[in-house]
Parts: sequence; C-alpha cells; structure tokens
Amino acid sequence: MVDLCWFSFVMLNELDRQIQREPLNLRVNGEEHQILVPVHKTLLEVLREDLRLTGTKHGCELGECGTCTVLVDGQPQLSCLLLPIQLDDCEITTVEGMGSTAELHPLQQAFAELGAAQCGYCTPGMLLAARALLERNPLPSRDQIREALAGNLCRCTGYAKIVEAVELAAQRSLR
Amino acid sequence: MLRLPRLRYLRPASPREASTAAADLGGRAMLVAGGTDLYPKLKRRQFDPDTLVGLSHLGELRVVRGDACGGFEVGALITLSDAAAHEALRAAHPGYAEAAGLVSSPPLRNVGTIGGNLCVDTRCNYYDMTYEWRKSIGFCMKKDGDICLVAPSSPRCWAVSSSDTAPVAIALGATALLTGPDGQRELPVAALYRDDGIEYLAKEPFEVLTALRLPPSDGVRSAYVKLRRRGSIDFPIAGAGVALRLEDGIVRWARIVLSGVGSHPVEAKAADEFLAGKGLTEEVTAEAAEVAARPAKPLDNADLAHFWRKRMVRVVVEQAIEKAAARA
Amino acid sequence: MSARRGELRVIGQPLQKVDAAARVTGVAVYADDLNLPRMLHCRILRSPHPHARILSVDASAARRIPGVKAVLTGHDLPIRFGILPVSQDERALEAEKVRYVGDPVAAVAAVDEEIAAAALDAIRVEYEVLEPVMSIEEALREPAHEPIHDRAYTRRPFNVHRQLSYDFGDVEAGFARADHVREDVFFYQGNTHLPMEQHSAVATYIDGRLTLWTSTQVVHYVHRALAKVLELPLNRIRVIGAAHGGGFGGKTDPFAHEIIVSKMAMVSGRPVKCTLTREEVFYAHRGRHPVLMWIKTGVTSEGRITAMHYRSALDGGAYGSYGAASAFYTGTLQTTTYDIPAYRFDSVRVFTNKAPCGPKRGHGTPQGRFGVELHLEKIAHDLGMDPVELKQKNFVKPFTRAVNWLRVTSCGLEECTQKVLDAAGYLGRERREGHGMGFAISSYMSGAGTAIYWNDMAHSEVQLKVDRTGVTAYCGAMDIGQGSDSVLAFVVAEELGLTPADVRLVTADTDTTPVDLGSYSSRVTFMAGNAALEAARKMRNLLVEAVAEKRGLGGDLPADLRDTIEVRDGRIGDFSFEEACVLATARFGALSTTGSYRPPRIGGPFKGSGVGPSPAYSYSACVVDVDADARSGLLTVNRVWIAHDVGRAINPLLVVGQVEGSVYMGLGEALMEEQSYRKGRHKWPSMLEYKSPTFLDTPEIETFIIETVDPEGPYGAKEAGQGPLLPVVPAVAAAVYDALGIWVDEIPITPEKILRALEARQKGQQARYGPKAFPAFDFGQPIRVEPPDPHDMRVGPELEEAFRA
Repeated sequence: MVDLCWFSFVMLNELDRQIQREPLNLRVNGEEHQILVPVHKTLLEVLREDLRLTGTKHGCELGECGTCTVLVDGQPQLSCLLLPIQLDDCEITTVEGMGSTAELHPLQQAFAELGAAQCGYCTPGMLLAARALLERNPLPSRDQIREALAGNLCRCTGYAKIVEAVELAAQRSLR
Repeated sequence: MLRLPRLRYLRPASPREASTAAADLGGRAMLVAGGTDLYPKLKRRQFDPDTLVGLSHLGELRVVRGDACGGFEVGALITLSDAAAHEALRAAHPGYAEAAGLVSSPPLRNVGTIGGNLCVDTRCNYYDMTYEWRKSIGFCMKKDGDICLVAPSSPRCWAVSSSDTAPVAIALGATALLTGPDGQRELPVAALYRDDGIEYLAKEPFEVLTALRLPPSDGVRSAYVKLRRRGSIDFPIAGAGVALRLEDGIVRWARIVLSGVGSHPVEAKAADEFLAGKGLTEEVTAEAAEVAARPAKPLDNADLAHFWRKRMVRVVVEQAIEKAAARA
Repeated sequence: MSARRGELRVIGQPLQKVDAAARVTGVAVYADDLNLPRMLHCRILRSPHPHARILSVDASAARRIPGVKAVLTGHDLPIRFGILPVSQDERALEAEKVRYVGDPVAAVAAVDEEIAAAALDAIRVEYEVLEPVMSIEEALREPAHEPIHDRAYTRRPFNVHRQLSYDFGDVEAGFARADHVREDVFFYQGNTHLPMEQHSAVATYIDGRLTLWTSTQVVHYVHRALAKVLELPLNRIRVIGAAHGGGFGGKTDPFAHEIIVSKMAMVSGRPVKCTLTREEVFYAHRGRHPVLMWIKTGVTSEGRITAMHYRSALDGGAYGSYGAASAFYTGTLQTTTYDIPAYRFDSVRVFTNKAPCGPKRGHGTPQGRFGVELHLEKIAHDLGMDPVELKQKNFVKPFTRAVNWLRVTSCGLEECTQKVLDAAGYLGRERREGHGMGFAISSYMSGAGTAIYWNDMAHSEVQLKVDRTGVTAYCGAMDIGQGSDSVLAFVVAEELGLTPADVRLVTADTDTTPVDLGSYSSRVTFMAGNAALEAARKMRNLLVEAVAEKRGLGGDLPADLRDTIEVRDGRIGDFSFEEACVLATARFGALSTTGSYRPPRIGGPFKGSGVGPSPAYSYSACVVDVDADARSGLLTVNRVWIAHDVGRAINPLLVVGQVEGSVYMGLGEALMEEQSYRKGRHKWPSMLEYKSPTFLDTPEIETFIIETVDPEGPYGAKEAGQGPLLPVVPAVAAAVYDALGIWVDEIPITPEKILRALEARQKGQQARYGPKAFPAFDFGQPIRVEPPDPHDMRVGPELEEAFRA
C-alpha cells in the first residue's frame, strides 16, 4: 500500500496569517517591561524568549505538568496557558523574583538545604506554588502542602523532601 | 515547544459586543475566558479559529451575587478556585463547590472559570492528541476526518463530556444565562447539552455564557464524587453529581447526573424516580446506584478500561448519595 | 580503599549540594535556556507509520518557505550509529525505512520554531506501508511479512535481536533433588523515564570546530557518535553537558536530534537548537522493556533453593539501543540477590515497531526482580511458610562468588530486612480483608564492570589542579541532579582538608575534562569517587611533602612522620592551605595530579560474562503497606519502609533523596505507568494520559541507611540511585495478595486487574491476573559454565591467571 500520509497543511497554512502585535506593559518581579509581541505568544514564551527570564521552565506546554508555574497577583498559574494580553495590570512573579543567589528566599534556602531540588527542573514551579501557599496559610499541614502542590509533577524526589522543605520554611518563618 | 497558532485577540467591551463579534466572524472566531481548555487544544490544532474573542477582562462577569436564601448568580468568569472556596456557596451547595475544587489541578483552577468548565469540550483519547499524532493515525470526524476511531462503524462521535461541575449544576436545577447579539436568555443547564460528541452544546457558538444561577439551598443536600486515576490533574473518567432532599429520613426528590460516561452529562432519571419516597437504607442506595449506572456507556476512549469504568459508575453514585445524605 | 585513619569531616555529613543555589534560583542553564545570536530552531519530521518503506522524500517546497534556512533528509546523514558496537542500527534520519511512529525522517531549521514546525507540513514523503509487528508473541513467530531489520542483522525467526542461554552448574540435578518445583509466568509492562526536562541540544560550528551543548547523561558517548556520523575527528568536536533536567537512563543513548542540530550547524553556519516536544520525548524513549518471564524453581521442603530456570522475552522496540545488555540484566543479578546453586538463564530480545527500549533506572533488573520475588512468595505459600522466612533462608551471603561467577562483597541484606520488618511491624501486622503488607529485596550494581565498547582504559579519570588560586577538579562525569558533582567536591575536600565550596569543578565537557563514562549504571560515586580519591591523595602527598620539607623534615618522609602533619580545616600542618600551595608549587612546579578507576576483571571464563559484574552490589529491603478495595479494585499505598545498604553514605541527604526518588518511581511503575500502544502507535504520549504519580499519589516513605563499608568503594560507598526501585514493585504485588488473596502477576496493577483476579477466584479459577504462557521459542544449546568455588574472591590478573591455569 503506497501512502502519502494524509496530506494536511493545517500548520503550513497558518504562515499566511497576519501576526497581531500589541504593545503591552508587563510587570514582572516588580520591573515594568514595555513589550511588543505577537498576541499568540504565551506568557511562558515571552518570559523565556523575549525577557530572557529562563528560570521558568516547561515540561509539556499543555497545562499538564505544572513546571511553568508562575505567580499572577500572588496566585500560582500556568504560564504556558496564559496570554500576556490577558494580564494587564497584573503582577507577575517568576523564580527570579523570589530570591537571588546572593540572598535566597526562605523556601529556596530550605529546598537547598534538604535536597528538595535534585535536577532542579520542576523547582521554580514548586517554589512559586509553595510560596503562594505559605502566604495564605503560614503553617500548613503535610496534607495541605500536598494538596497545594498537586498540580506540579516531579520525577526526581518522590516529593518527600519537597514537603519537608516547605514545612521547614514555614516553621522558620514563624520563629 | 508546542505553540499557539497565529491568532487575533479581540477585547470587546461587553458580553453583547463579544457575542456580536463572534457571530459576525462565524467559524473563524472562538470565545475564550480562562483558556485552560482552549489553549491546549489550539496548540494541538483541534480547532482552527484565526480570532479569539476574549472575555477575561469583563469584570462584570467576575462576581457572585445572592445568597443561600435567594439563590446565587455566579458570574461565568469566577475561577474554579474561587467557586470552590466561596464560603456562602460552599455552605449552600457543597456539591457544586466540591466539584469546582476537583477540576484538574490547583494552578489550573486559578485560571479556569466556572463558565469554561460548563462549556468544556468533549474529550476522547483519539482526539485530544497533537496534530502530528492525529495526522499519523488518520483524522477523526470531530476534527478534519470523517470516521470515529473508537467505533469505526458509528455514524456519530463518541467524545466524552468531561465537565466536573455540570452534573451537580444540573442536579441542583441550575440555569445558565446566555447573551447573544440580540439579547439574553436563560435555560436550564440540563438543556445546555446535546448527546453528540461534536455538537455537544445546545447554545449557539457565539452566545456568551455569562452566569450560572443556582437555586436557594432550601434544605437541598448535594455532593459530587469524581473518579480519576490520580489525585490531581486528571479529567473525570466517571463522576456522579447528586442533589436530594430528605424529609424525616425519606427522600422527597433526588437527582443524579453522571459525568465522563457519555457525550453529555447523563441524567439518571430512572434512579431519581426510584429514590423518591424511599428511606435511604444501604440497600436502597445500592439499588439506586445500580439503576443510575444503566444509562452510562463508557467506551475505550478515556483512561483505564471501559469495562471497569462502567462498573465504577455504581460505586461513585453510591458514594455520592451517601455523601449528600450525610450533609446537614 | 576503605576508610582512612582518623575522623571524616566532610564524608558522611548531610551537606547541601554544591550547586544547590543555582538549582533553586533558576540560574542553572539547561540546554533549552541557551539562546545564541542568530540561532536557528530545528524541528524534526517523524514517521507517521509504525512500519513502512520510504519511497521518496521531497523537501523542495519546505526549502522555499521564507525563514527556512536548512532542510536535512536521510541522504544527508547516512551513517549508522547506536550505543553498543554490536547494535549500530539507527540513523539520525532514516532514508529507506521507518520502524516506529516517531522515527526521524527529515528536519528543518528556520529562524523561529513556528516556521520550522509549519515547514514540516510541506515535506512530502511517500511511504509503502508495511505490516507492523506489535507484540513479543508476534515477533517470535516466523514473520509472515517483511521483518523489521535486515535478516543479516537479526536471528531466526528474523525479528529476534539477541538471544542467550546459559547453564550455570548442574541445573537438572538441582531440580532432581528438589522437594517442590513450581513454575510461574509474569509480565512487566514497559514504561518510560518521563524526565521533566524535554531533551534539548544546541550546536555551533565555528573554525571547523563543532560544539554541542546537550541534555545528556554521557557526554563521551555523544562525542563518539557525532564523530562517527559526521565523519569529524574527535578533536574537532566538543560536547558539553548542560545543566540536566532529569535522565533516569533516558538520556544515556546518543540521539538523532543531537546529530541533526550538529549537522544543521555545519551546513548553515549558524547556531541551531532542537528541543523535543513532550510527545517526541515519548518517542525518544529508551525506557523500560516490556518483559515476559517464565520462572521455574526447585526448593527443598525447608525452603532452600536447589535450582532455578529463568526465561525472559524482551520487547525491544525498533532499535538495539542497550538492548543486548538489557537482556542479560533481566537474569544475571538473580544470583547476587539469592544463593542459587544451579541456574539456567535464557533470554531473547525481539524487535517490534515501537519506540526503542533501553535502560531505565534499574536497567533490566526490575522485571526479573518482580517475577522472582513473587515467584518465591508463591513457593513459600505452597510450603506453608512465611515468604520472608523463605527468602531469608536463601539470601546471598557477603563475600561469596555466585554460581555465574559474580562476586559479592559487602552485603547488608540481613540488616536491611530486619530494619524494615521491625519498623513496619510486618510480623504483627493487622490482618483483615483489604489490608496487607508486602516484602521484597533486591541487589544492584555499583557501576557496570565493563565499558560499552571494549577497551582497557580506565572508566573514570579525574585531574586535579592546585595553584595559588585554589583547587580545581576536572572530570567527565555528568551531574544529572543526583549530585555527582557534589560527590567529587566532597571527596576532594575531605582529602585536602577543605570545604566542598573550596573546590572548583569542571565537569562533563569533552574539551576540558578527562573521560568518565557518565551517569548510568550507578557508577559515578563508585568510579569517579575512587578516581577523585586517588587524585586527591596524590595531591595531598605533594602538599604535605612540601610542608614537611619546609619544616626541615625533608627528604623521603616516612609515612608515620608524614602523618604527623595534619591536613584539616584549611591547614596543612602549620601552614594555611594557600601557603602550602605556594610551597608545593615552588618545590614541584605546576601542581597537577590524576586519578583513575578501572574495575577489576570479575566475570567468569565465558562469552557474555561482561554483563553483570560490578565491583560492588548495593542491597535493599522494602515493606509496603496497602489498602485494596475488593469492590472497586482501587489500591492505596499507605506507607513504604525501605532500608538500603549503600556501603557508606558519602552524604546521607543525597542518599535518602536517591532512595525516595527510586521508591516513588517504583510505585509509579507498580501502579500506573504504562508505555502502551494501540493501532500501531503510542496510545498516550502526553503528561496527562501517561500517568505519573502526583504529590497526592505518593505515600510517606521511611528510609533507613545501612552502612556495610565496602572494601573497594570510596570510603566504603556503593550505589544508591537505582537499587531501591527494585523491591518496591514486587512488594506492592505481594501486599495485594496479603490484602485480598489474589495475585496480579503483571504490572501496572490497575484496579481492573484486581477485579479480574477476584472474578477468576469467584469462578473457581486461579485467583490471579496475568499472562497465561511463555511463547514457544528455541533458545538453542545453553552455554555450559562450570561454577566457581563460592569462596574464591579473586579478581583482576589473579583471576585471569586462574582461568589460564
């Protein structure tokens, strides 16, 4: 059977479409960015490719793994499923806005100390989801930590050290 | 990485303007609120609009009005997280709030809206695949092809209704407010769906779902039980929404609606009738669940074996009835 | 190289990793984070068919698309490659034939990814579709249609990749003296690594030199494959391991996209990046082989094993990968786990039209572990004996040589077992319908004793440079998140009296670092650790000698005098480390030492003895507590207790991290992960439908480190990254039996399978769900191997001497 593989030009034909670019004001980690990007670029792509904030990682780009989690007005959201045009007047926080290598955020400190980051690839998303949790619930139970982070997959740690690190950071910040 | 197709994005000033714009553009446009269902599908090229009519900036749709006595009007842009955490809503209609809280994962619920979850596209694991994968196996009738890959001799599409919130909303007798170019209409949530994997919504594609109206609580007890492989992220592979009214231990009325087992939320009316007037003993609950499961028709197009899913419908219904009944 | 006199200051401490801050702040640069000026983006067109002949490829329309800068097809990269010298069966782009959905056929580099992806639509490929082979059973039959590979490359019946058969000791006599003989069949479904980071590679070609940054576990093997396919001398190629986002064995092969971006950079003169999509990661695969097993064991009435016959059939997918080794691994380590006096081992690996399988955490051994552990459970029940007791009676003993010549040194099986039984309260566990506990054990290699390609060189080399600016350690090892860089720093710091932060590291860069065979087979701590130890001790001696000379002790310093010079806390004797460096540099010139590690010859005197030997084996024991619901078949793992004999924990924090990660991955395999196919294609190549456990699906894990201080490991250390996965899977299945009285002899253990087994019991059939039979296949005459004296511990030249004698 000779086959021509269901010739289909869905993606090819899209190249004929005009690109709509919108001037936007994106507030990331307290810094204002005037950007002019195609409206169909997701926040993930704009952060990584236009603002060069490559701390935000990606694992599926379909909202299935939690890796690209950032905070939008303090809430964990998936940057692969957000359009900057929908984020007018929002404050976006990425891992770069949590702390620096000079001064780690208490969660980063706890993750580093306990080995909660092995390969570190899911870590930015985990940290941000954990930060949002601690801001609304400064002393969460283990189950509450698991619930809050349940949208973020990790393949290295078995989650144990992550739960412990969030607990440790919570306890320290209450001291 | 997977990227969206080139799109125009419109920001109309009102739901009416949105609907007018969508109606004018016809099949070229799609409405979008949170985008948590639409964007992955666009990245997989399951739709091919060139224009998105955005709704997320319409603040008027992001409010909850009313209370337990008078009923609620929940704006369509209320996020699933907010609906799940809304105290008055949770107290009045715990089943609805818990359904909202069981959708996908926490970060997704922070963006996904209650309107979006009611309108969520039907799913099928031959259809919710990338463009390249669908191209490889041959496109199905829901997008770009002409056969159903689950049931190749079937003239219809068997994609599965996967809304977690619709079953309880229907069980509670909720209504949906729709805005079209020419005005508003209200219809029961039950009437929002059609038993078809492709044309699964009975509303016009350009009609904007602006709010969900939930009735006064009035002693109604509700619950939702969701079956999925993992504790998070997954869509329902069987779910039961139950609302019922008990008087002196006797069921005055009950409504059971199933998710994940057909192309629309399946109303188990025979079970509703069976329950009416009966005391909720273990046997009665079990039999009601048995009856409720009959219309469920899972096929091999979602996670886990459909034989098992079919069998589990009984279990989730039973659990949902028990859970609802136990609620004060 | 056991522990030194004196107290260890760095080794054994729960220190954080040396790169911890980089990993928690988002500054670590992974391959996809690289963004070079004028960089092109590459996407790959893959086969839509499981099995087809390529009749023509027409990329002319794609070349004309504005923004497209280069297009490659199979004719541009005709040279075959593969990780094992015996399996050079892949091409970066296939020109003649495709063998699975996802096989690369053409590639486009464009100014952005959007254009590159769209341009794939414009490549016209004409295929002649062939019948696919989709199961082990099918592959073992005489092919009715064209076999997947050339007949010259395969064995009869022509979809067979490799087969092997060994007789170690007198198996027939063993069975003859058994009081009870039992046979069972098991199936271990395939699954994949699912690293969070999708594979990514970036190449540049400047001044005739190719540089590739890639997400790999082994820069050295990528280096070799590039040289072969691109026909460039090794010295013109530099491979750099970028920060690594998870491997688990899945980034141990050289991959098509690494070769493609390199070629693209060469033809376009611009940097080129290719990051696989998640779907493509499922196709790159090299994950766990689906394995069908048949096991027959004879035991005495007391429960001592008299003989075992173990057969495995591996579904290899479309290409060889590490498969020739995987087949061995399904069987060879049975004898380092249990004392089996006579052992027959047959294995066959077949080709099918699926994504190629290869090494995943535990490489080939979890399948055999699953089968044998459950098989022994069943034998124990037959004998009316507690399974733990039966297993304990057959535990392998420390410092013995197994019937297949594998040498066991330190072995903490007894301690591990006692620890988890006590902690779990296994013997006094609550006995009620629906609740159960399961117990299992395992052993795993601390590095493969033989290199992938035959050579006599060291497996790991470390160079140490010390000058007035400090200490730098160079090593080709790749840190994949497990902390191998940290281990190097810990070892060097310990020996030179410094802190790990004082040690600069240059790793996984083929231009600047000496060869290390990379992060696979749990070899880095053992091998690079020993190499680092040697280099550091040489350096220490130089520094001490210079200090001694300054103090007037001079000349050939006797060892005991040298020992009076303390090396600790940044000081060498009375001098600061910096002063000592100045003294030593003045005395010896530039200070540079090297260390290397080559495992001794361990394997026996027979062909194929190279797979399985390791300088040391780690041991684990595990108890799993479950609730299983007979009505729904739903299974909940409540808790896992695991004890792991790591020899010595170089860093207990990292060891526990490896153990917990292994347990988690084992649970995923036991409960849900499944690389399954339907209609010739991967059923669900996505993070949503390929189920990996979330926070809410992962129980509390209680870990116990057991230290047996191995005589050959650095400070006595052995591996921790893979072994602890192994016992988890059978322990879950055993717990299900304990809870419901049914056997699920196939993973993943889904609720459906539990219900089917319960139904079978109700119908009066065997209370089990699993494969019915092992397909008929002629394994041929086994290679007969005379067993060694179990107390013969000789290795290396002495052993070889013995062979010659």
